[in-house]
Amino acid sequence: MIRTTPFHPRLAELSQTQMWGNWSGYLSAVRYDLSSKHEYFGVRNAAGFFDTSPLYKYWIRGRDAELLCSFAFARDVRTLKLGRAQYTIWCDDDGFIMEDGVLFRFASDEFLLTAAEPNMGYLKQLSRLYDVEIVDASEDYASLAIQGPRSRDILEVLTPDISSLRYFGFTETKIANTPVTISRTGFSGDLGYEVIIPVADALPVLDAILQAGHPHGLRPYGDEALGMTRIEAGLPLIGVEFNSSRYAWTPDDRFTPDELGLGWLLKGIEDDSRPFIGRDAILRERADGSSRWRTVGITVAWSDFYELFDSRGHLAVPDEIPVAWESMLYNANGKRIGYATSFMYSPILQCHIGIARVKPKYAEPGTDIYLEQTVNHEYINVRATVTTLPFYNPERKTA
Amino acid sequence: MSDTNSYDAIVIGGGHNGLTNAAYLAKAGKKVLVLEQRHLVGGAAITEELRPGFQFTTFSYALSLLRPEIIQELDLVRYGFMPLLMRSHFAPMENGDYFLLGPDTGLNRQEIARHSKADVDGMERFEHDTARVRQFIRPLFDSIPPNLFSDDPADADKMAWLLKHLGTGNKKVIHDTVRLLTGSIADFCDDYLESDIIKATICSAACVGIKLGPMSPGSGMNWLYLSMGEHDGIGGSWSFHKGGNGGFTQVLARAATAYGAEIRLDSHVDHLITEKGEVKGVALRDGTEFRAPVVVSSLDPRRTFLEIADPRELPADLVETIQRFRFQGVASKVNFALDGLPEYPALSGRADQYLGFINVAPTVEYMERAYDAAKYGWYSEHPYIDACIQSLVDPDMAPPGKHVMSCFVMYTPYELKGSTWQAERENMADRVQATLQGFFPNFNDLVLQREVVSPDIIEAKTGLSEGNIYAGEFFPHQMYFFRPAPGYSDYRTPIRGYYQCGSGTHPGGCVIGAPGRLASQQVLKDLGRAKA
Ligand SMILES: Cc1cc2nc3c(=O)[nH]c(=O)nc-3n(C[C@H](O)[C@H](O)[C@H](O)COP(=O)(O)OP(=O)(O)OC[C@H]3O[C@@H](n4cnc5c(N)ncnc54)[C@H](O)[C@@H]3O)c2cc1C
Repeated sequence: MIRTTPFHPRLAELSQTQMWGNWSGYLSAVRYDLSSKHEYFGVRNAAGFFDTSPLYKYWIRGRDAELLCSFAFARDVRTLKLGRAQYTIWCDDDGFIMEDGVLFRFASDEFLLTAAEPNMGYLKQLSRLYDVEIVDASEDYASLAIQGPRSRDILEVLTPDISSLRYFGFTETKIANTPVTISRTGFSGDLGYEVIIPVADALPVLDAILQAGHPHGLRPYGDEALGMTRIEAGLPLIGVEFNSSRYAWTPDDRFTPDELGLGWLLKGIEDDSRPFIGRDAILRERADGSSRWRTVGITVAWSDFYELFDSRGHLAVPDEIPVAWESMLYNANGKRIGYATSFMYSPILQCHIGIARVKPKYAEPGTDIYLEQTVNHEYINVRATVTTLPFYNPERKTA
Repeated sequence: MSDTNSYDAIVIGGGHNGLTNAAYLAKAGKKVLVLEQRHLVGGAAITEELRPGFQFTTFSYALSLLRPEIIQELDLVRYGFMPLLMRSHFAPMENGDYFLLGPDTGLNRQEIARHSKADVDGMERFEHDTARVRQFIRPLFDSIPPNLFSDDPADADKMAWLLKHLGTGNKKVIHDTVRLLTGSIADFCDDYLESDIIKATICSAACVGIKLGPMSPGSGMNWLYLSMGEHDGIGGSWSFHKGGNGGFTQVLARAATAYGAEIRLDSHVDHLITEKGEVKGVALRDGTEFRAPVVVSSLDPRRTFLEIADPRELPADLVETIQRFRFQGVASKVNFALDGLPEYPALSGRADQYLGFINVAPTVEYMERAYDAAKYGWYSEHPYIDACIQSLVDPDMAPPGKHVMSCFVMYTPYELKGSTWQAERENMADRVQATLQGFFPNFNDLVLQREVVSPDIIEAKTGLSEGNIYAGEFFPHQMYFFRPAPGYSDYRTPIRGYYQCGSGTHPGGCVIGAPGRLASQQVLKDLGRAKA
C-alpha cells in the first residue's frame, strides 16, 4: 500500500483533482487545482506551499562530522556557519556527480542533509573511518516549502523570528507551540522558506500556516507547478537534468559539475588542498579543458514559435507543463550539438524556455541554435537562442 | 522657441495607445514627447487607490486583446508585464442555479451536460468554428488596412494581397465570418446550442460596450472582436494584469521611458500648430508650445479632427463623416470596496467561482430587455453586470481578507431622456447594487465604499466622447477600411505629419495596443520615405 505524508489528510481535502504521483513511495500531488498554471501563478504572485516530506533526511553528528562532510561533499563545508545551509553535490572518484542536496549546520559537530534520493548506505559506508554517527531521520520529520512573495508575511505572523532570516539562513523556532526549523530556502527561485516539523505535530503546524496564509492567497501546489518554477529558476533536477553516476550505464549518462553548470559550487578548489571525492578528476578536467558539455538556458522567441505552427495551418498553443522528454538541438548546418533536458512555456516570461546541454563552443549567450519540435506530424526545427541561467531571478529572492 | 521644446514626434494623450506608439517611435530612435492632460498616464486603463489599500480599476478592468507582438517587440516582461489568468467564468441564474466554467475541459463537459447534453459537443463545435474564423481574419486584424481610395501602388499591392487572402479561405470559414460580422450573436448561438444559460453566457460578451442587444444584427461582430485576444496562445482568454489595467499602463510607461520617450503630465493639448497644410507642433491650453514635424493624436476621431485640428483645414467630406461618427456610450462602472466575499447560496462557502468574470446576465432575454431601455433613453431596470473580484486573484489589490469588486454595467445611455447623469448616477448604482443583492444575499452588508462612473464621467475624465469605451461604436461601417472614415484608415490625416493612433482607428478599442503599434509603423515608413 502506498504511504501518505503526515500532511495528507489536509492535502486530500484541499485537492480538487485527487491527482497524485508517487514520490519515493509516498503520494505526492501532481496538482491540486484543475490547472497547474494557476498554482504556478499562486507561487509567483502570492504564496504556495509544497509538501516535501518524502525528502530523505540524515543527521550527521560527532567529532568528525565536519571532516566527513568536507570529504564527502564537493562544496566546501568548512566555511558553512552555524545556522546556515548550503546547496551541495557529491561526486564519484571520476569527478561525476552522484547526487545533490541541502546541508544544514546545526552545531560545530552536527549537520542535517536533505536529499531527493536515498543515501544512507553510502553515508554509512563512508562514515566507517570517522568518529561520526549517521541517523536516518527521514521518517521523523515532515517538511513543507512555502514559496512566493507573500511567504514572509505569512510566516511572520506565526513567528517573528524569521523576519531577519537571510537567504540560506535557518532558525529553530516554534509554530503553534511546536518546535520547528525554518530555513530561507526552496526550489522556486523566489522568496521562500522551508519548514521542518516533527511528524507528530505536522498537521497542527500546517493548519496554523493555512490560517495565517488564507488572507494572503496561500495555496498548495503540486509537482507540475514545482517543475515550472524550478526551470525558470534554472535549477537542475535529478532524474531530468542528470542521474546519479552510481547507476549510469554509459559515460553519456554521467556529468561533471562543470558540465552541469554547477562549477560555481567548487569555488577555490584550485587554491586549497581540501581532499574531497572527485577532486583530482575535476582539477584534471579543468586543466585539460576536457568538459564535453556546457549547461545553458535556451529561449524560443514567441514569433518564431507562432510562425512554426501558423505556417502549417495550426494554432500555436504553448504548453507550460514541462515536456517529459529530451528535445534535440542542432547547429545551422543541421549537425547535432546537444539536447534540451527541460523545456516549457513560461507564462511569466511569455516565451518558451529550456535547460540544455550543448557542446562548449555553442554555449556563448546569444548563439542561435535549432530545437527539434514535432508539428503537423513532422520534425521541424525552430530557432532558439542561448542564454544564461536563471531565467527568473526576482530581487526579493535574496533581498 | 527653445530647442528643448522641439522633438521628432509628439504624441497627444498618454493612454495605452499613445504610450505604445511613443515606445515604438522612441525605440526607433526618435525623440518623442507624450503630452497627457491628467496627473497620471493610462487614460481608460488606470488603477486608483480610492481607499487606503483598495485598488480600484476605475474604467477598464480586464486584459485579453493586447497583441502578443507588442509584448515581445517592446520587451514588456522586462518592465513588469504580468497577466494573471482568469480561472473561471461564472453565471448565476435566477432560479438559484448557475453555470460555471473552469480551466479543465473534462469538467467543463460535465457542467455543460448539466444544462444540456447536446451542448457538450455543440459548444466544442462552436469553439472550433469560431477559432477558425479568428485564425482567418487575424492577418487583417494585425495589419494596416489598405486605403481603398488611394492611387498609391503600395495600397494596390495590399488590396491584391487582401483579395488573395479572401480567395484562399475555406468556404465554411468565410461564411461563418460573414454570419458573425453581420448577424446577431443570439442567432449564431442558436445554430449550435440549446441551453439558454449557456447561450446567455456567450451572448453577454457580445454586449460589452455597444448600443446593441444580443438579438441585434451586429452583435456578432462585437463578440468576434472581443474574442480576438489571447493569452499564452489560448484564444479568447482573459486576465487581470498585476495591479489592474493601470498596472499595465505603468508597464508601458516604464518601457516608453526606457526607450527614451519623455512623458509630460498635466499637459492639456489645446490645438495643432500647422503651416501650409503641414503640422509644426502643438500648443497647450496654458499656451506652451512644442514643435515637431510629426504629431500623433491618440484621442478619439471627434477630438482628433474637430477639436485638436482646425476642421476648416480639412476636406468637407471628412469633417462630415466624423461629425456623424457614432459614439453614444452606453456603459458605466460601479466599483466596490468589500469587507469580505459575496456568498452565492448554491455554492456556499466556495470562492473558486469568483476567479474570473462573474456574469450577471441570466438569460438572453434579460440582456435584450436591459438593452430595450437604452433605445428609449433610459438605463436598465435590471442591468447586465460583468463583475470581477480582482483581489482574489491578485492579493495586492486589497488589504488581506478584504476585496475590490469591479462592475461593468450595461446599459446606461450617455443621453438620458428628460434627466441627467448628475441626477441619476446614484439611482443607477442603487439598481446595480440591488441586482447584486438579489443574487448574493450578503452583498449589501459587505459594501465599504462605492464608486460610480457613468458615461458623463468617463467622458470628462478620459476625453472619450460621449463615454464610448471604444472611442467610437463598433458598427461595420465604422470598422476596418472605414475606421474612422473612408480613406483615413491608414493612420494618416489630410494634414501632413498629423497622424492618429487611438482606439477610433483600426482595429479599434480595448486594451489592445494595435492602433498605437500600427500607427508607429505608418509614421516610421513615411519618415523613411521622406528621407529617401
Ligand atoms: C468603463 C470602461 C471599461 C472598459 N473595460 C475594458 C476592459 O475591461 N478591457 C479592455 O480591453 N478594454 C476595456 N475598455 C476599453 C479600453 O479601456 C479603451 O478602449 C482603451 O483604454 C482606450 O485606449 P486609448 O489609448 O486609445 O485611449 P484613452 O485611454 O482614452 O487615452 C487617451 C488619453 O488622452 C488623454 N487626453 C485626452 N484629451 C487630451 C488632450 N486634449 N490633451 C492631452 N491629453 C489628452 C486622456 O487623458 C487619456 O489619457 C473599457 C473602457 C471603459 C471606458
